[in-house]
Amino acid sequence: MSQALDPHAATVAKAAGVEPGPRLTTADGRPLTRALARSSRKARRRAFLLVLPLLLFILITFVVPIGQMLQRSVKNDGFSANMPQISAWFAENPRGTEPDEAAWAALAADLQQAARDRTIGIVGTRINYDMAGTRSLFTSAGRQARNGLEPPYRDAILDIDARWESPALWSIMREASSAYTANFYLAALDRTRNTQGDIVMAPSERQVYIMLFQRTFVMSAVITFMTFLLGFPVAHLLATLPLRKSNLLMIFVLLPFWTSLLVRTTSWMVLLQQQGVINDILVWLGIIGTGQRLQMIYNQTGTIIAMTHILLPFMILPLYSVMRTINPSYVRAARSLGATSWTAFRRIYFPQTLPGLGAGALLVFILAVGYYITPALVGGSSGQLISNMIAMHMMQTLNWSMAAALAALLLASVLLLYWVYDRLVGIDNLKLG
Amino acid sequence: MALPKYASPLEKIWHYAYLVICALIFFFLIAPIVVIIPLSFNPTNSFTFSPAMLSLDPDGYSLRWYDRLLTLGMSNGGAPRDASWWADAWNNSRWVNAAKNSIIIGVFSTIVATVLGTLAALGLSRPEMPFRRVIMAVLISPMIVPIIITATGLFFFYSNPCEPLGWFGFSGECGRLTSTYLGVVLAHATLGIPFVIITVTATLVGFDHSLSRAAASLGANPRTTFFRVTMPLIMPGVISGALFAFVTSFDEVVAVLLIAGPEQQTIPRQMWNGIREQISPSILAVATLLVIFSIALLTTVELLRRRSERLRGLSPG
Repeated sequence: MSQALDPHAATVAKAAGVEPGPRLTTADGRPLTRALARSSRKARRRAFLLVLPLLLFILITFVVPIGQMLQRSVKNDGFSANMPQISAWFAENPRGTEPDEAAWAALAADLQQAARDRTIGIVGTRINYDMAGTRSLFTSAGRQARNGLEPPYRDAILDIDARWESPALWSIMREASSAYTANFYLAALDRTRNTQGDIVMAPSERQVYIMLFQRTFVMSAVITFMTFLLGFPVAHLLATLPLRKSNLLMIFVLLPFWTSLLVRTTSWMVLLQQQGVINDILVWLGIIGTGQRLQMIYNQTGTIIAMTHILLPFMILPLYSVMRTINPSYVRAARSLGATSWTAFRRIYFPQTLPGLGAGALLVFILAVGYYITPALVGGSSGQLISNMIAMHMMQTLNWSMAAALAALLLASVLLLYWVYDRLVGIDNLKLG
Repeated sequence: MALPKYASPLEKIWHYAYLVICALIFFFLIAPIVVIIPLSFNPTNSFTFSPAMLSLDPDGYSLRWYDRLLTLGMSNGGAPRDASWWADAWNNSRWVNAAKNSIIIGVFSTIVATVLGTLAALGLSRPEMPFRRVIMAVLISPMIVPIIITATGLFFFYSNPCEPLGWFGFSGECGRLTSTYLGVVLAHATLGIPFVIITVTATLVGFDHSLSRAAASLGANPRTTFFRVTMPLIMPGVISGALFAFVTSFDEVVAVLLIAGPEQQTIPRQMWNGIREQISPSILAVATLLVIFSIALLTTVELLRRRSERLRGLSPG
């Protein structure tokens, strides 16, 4: 066994004139390898036990909630749980079956029960997600069905509202009759199902999400590029100055980094608004007239300016830490070999900054894709990103499954970028200030 | 960055242009933060400099909006400023209450994040830690995952915290965590943990493990070794991690919007409401106070960083 540890041990022992004696053991007589394996197992366990409390904490307060959100994105039992009989009828009869008297009877019984249980509003809300204006259809039908309807049920229900006959409504009720559905993901990709159950594009006035995803990614790319444009010269200056001076100038980067996000957003609102400081200065300089004050806020421009400012430190700091390590003699060598300063920069200096640039750009992009506060405050209607749509569904329309589906898609893209970041940069290299 | 002697005139021009560009970028970084400070002393309800302010006339400045911070929500703000007025401000002023909530939530979430995060960082920086990379990726993810997604997940979780037990066949019903202090504290602790891990592991990178081995060989038990040797050395990293966690909680608004109730009104949420409804210069007064607060924090963190580098022998005193 001792040979397994060191393949040359036998040779060494022989050359030294030592007979390969009994196996190496610890003081208390156990084989050394086993004692070693045991103690390293113990060390591993001890290290893991230190991490365990936090791992459990994150599991409960972060991973489980995200799991619940993902579940919510495919599960919505607002209809199926409160309308059991008609849901059972849908399960028995294939798509395309004309609703027969049994179906209408099941619908009437469910409406009556849901109205008595006061769950009719939930049912109506669930159908209303897919077909605007149907919530009142359910609540008013519920009110009249409360005391029971007389057969034939078809005529009784159609007497309440003729819209109950609509094949589109029945198709949507069929979709909602199972608790688990992928329809919220379809909706998040601007798709819907027609009455035959095929996946088709949503009506053009409801196609917003793909456009919003595109806008989110394009604007994040623009912001990342802007932070690169502004961050690169500054990081270079800081990295080439003597440490004492650069530490002083670093305050200009770190102070915004430490300042509250809301404060920074507020100051941009104050600066950029039409009666704000920047417009005042432009008017005072005579560049624009009082009547032509620029609209720089509540649109995409405002979002891009404010977010570039807010995310700039995340680009400068990784760039700076890489640039600090670049040896200046490479550039000098290139110059002495006849390169112009531009060639020396392009061929020698810039390639060496790429690790920092990649780290900064990925970090800024990841943070920008999920930004909520700044676009919500300075974005107006054209500067809203996908996060704002998630928040809208969470807080205003209360279509939580839709919010969860959008969040799941956003999460997938962020995790993909995070994975790339880990492969290229390594999470260990994440630094703060 | 000095210009070499052999620089051509064109390069000289370019060099000075470059310095000017850098100065403009520094201006872009700092100006928005600085400009709100004088504006918060504006006596009128506008967001720009009045001629009186520009001519540095003392009458052009006032503490009106700071006063408004105290009186907003008070039952009798106009009363003479005696002890009962201050008691009224302490109990009823909306901003004072928001500050109290922010501090309570911030302190407790920082304690949770710092204790758990420091322990985990100690484990993660041991060379024998198994699955290091994956675990690190999971623990850092609350910083990477957009806050709106985390808040959405927490909203579902807090509406019925026992629902996951239902997945394993237990009864899945118990109270709610929405609109509770505990819920907000746990959420903010989760968001602050990555910062603690990052700063403490960074301190531990240069940590000389032979110091703790020396302590052990001199007869110290693991606890003494930790409290007398390891702890003082990583303390600067722990404190700056704790400050990061506190700032994260102190500045967080999205999770509070989704999972907190009106009882847990914090400063950022109060600011958010103020900005969304009718932005008034009293927001600028709060912003100014927060900027001063962040300057204090930045100074502390910088001093700690230097102390840590000196302790670890990375840079000469």
